[in-house]
Amino acid sequence: MDKKKQNDEWKRHGAQALWAFLTNSYLSGFAQGKIYKGKLKNLCVPGLNCYSCPGALGACPIGALQAVIGSWNFKFAFYAAGFLMFTGALCGRFVCGWLCPFGFVQDLLHKIPFPKKIRVFRGERLLRKLKYVIFAVFVLLLPLFLVDIIGQGQPYFCKLICPAGTLEGGIPLVLLNQSMRSALGWLYAWKMALLAMTVFLSVVIYRPFCKYICPLGAVYSVFNPVSVFRYRVDKTACIGCGICADVCRMQVDPAKNANHPECIRCGACKKACPVGAIR
Amino acid sequence: MWKRKSEERRNERPGAPLPAGMFLAVLGLAMMGFGICRGEMAVVMEKAVNICMECIGIG
Repeated sequence: MDKKKQNDEWKRHGAQALWAFLTNSYLSGFAQGKIYKGKLKNLCVPGLNCYSCPGALGACPIGALQAVIGSWNFKFAFYAAGFLMFTGALCGRFVCGWLCPFGFVQDLLHKIPFPKKIRVFRGERLLRKLKYVIFAVFVLLLPLFLVDIIGQGQPYFCKLICPAGTLEGGIPLVLLNQSMRSALGWLYAWKMALLAMTVFLSVVIYRPFCKYICPLGAVYSVFNPVSVFRYRVDKTACIGCGICADVCRMQVDPAKNANHPECIRCGACKKACPVGAIR
Repeated sequence: MWKRKSEERRNERPGAPLPAGMFLAVLGLAMMGFGICRGEMAVVMEKAVNICMECIGIG
């Protein structure tokens, strides 16, 4: 990758860092080991950003969805689902590429040198469908049907899978609170193991969590082909050189389908196109 | 066949937003409004302002 392309990528990382800071700027939370309790927490943020992060100013949309579905008096979450639909229909997985703090962490981790980075492997295409299963089972079905005596379900995705919650909320809060340290058990160990695995895999594979696990990416991916802001390929200008497909780390071929569900709109293809056919 | 035609139509009008995208965005806004009206925001707020023990791996 030449210097100009690296600079362009760092511009995107700058935007990701700025957004992550803006949405996690309750700095006294990090100092005191507490979380923000103000009215902004009513609002969802577009990316996967745990609301138990000490700095978080908004609510995680996947957490919000499970909270409402799992509550005893509501069985569908119009607010969170509407938010996901609105954001997805507006910009699709642009959120993954630019506005998700956990995506940003994975981007940075993938910059760590490793002897053999993996682009594709056997069964990779099928594994990408796993995120839809996780969304259906852990975000929708389990909180809805696996309920306690008063009809309340738990946020099973957050509880059993989400490594973003462990990284953004679990580690800082446990480090800053003695009482929490004494309450640690197998669940924390399990979630730390999942986080460690995600960190290691992110060094080797580009954004493994986004590709295979993330339910938020699964939702936004459905809207990618129809979103208001999307890529367009000028077929008359395209020379079919294949450079766009080569530079795509989500293994999309923009010349064939510029708004593929897996495209996170990082802009690498757009910048690499020698004839400027992708807009 | 239908898919190819719609793709061609999109390329003819490269700057125009897709009607389906616009419709879904409006529908999403309407759903948000409905959810807020029936009090879902309070549930989100209650969850978000208390430390989520499940999220951090304790509860």
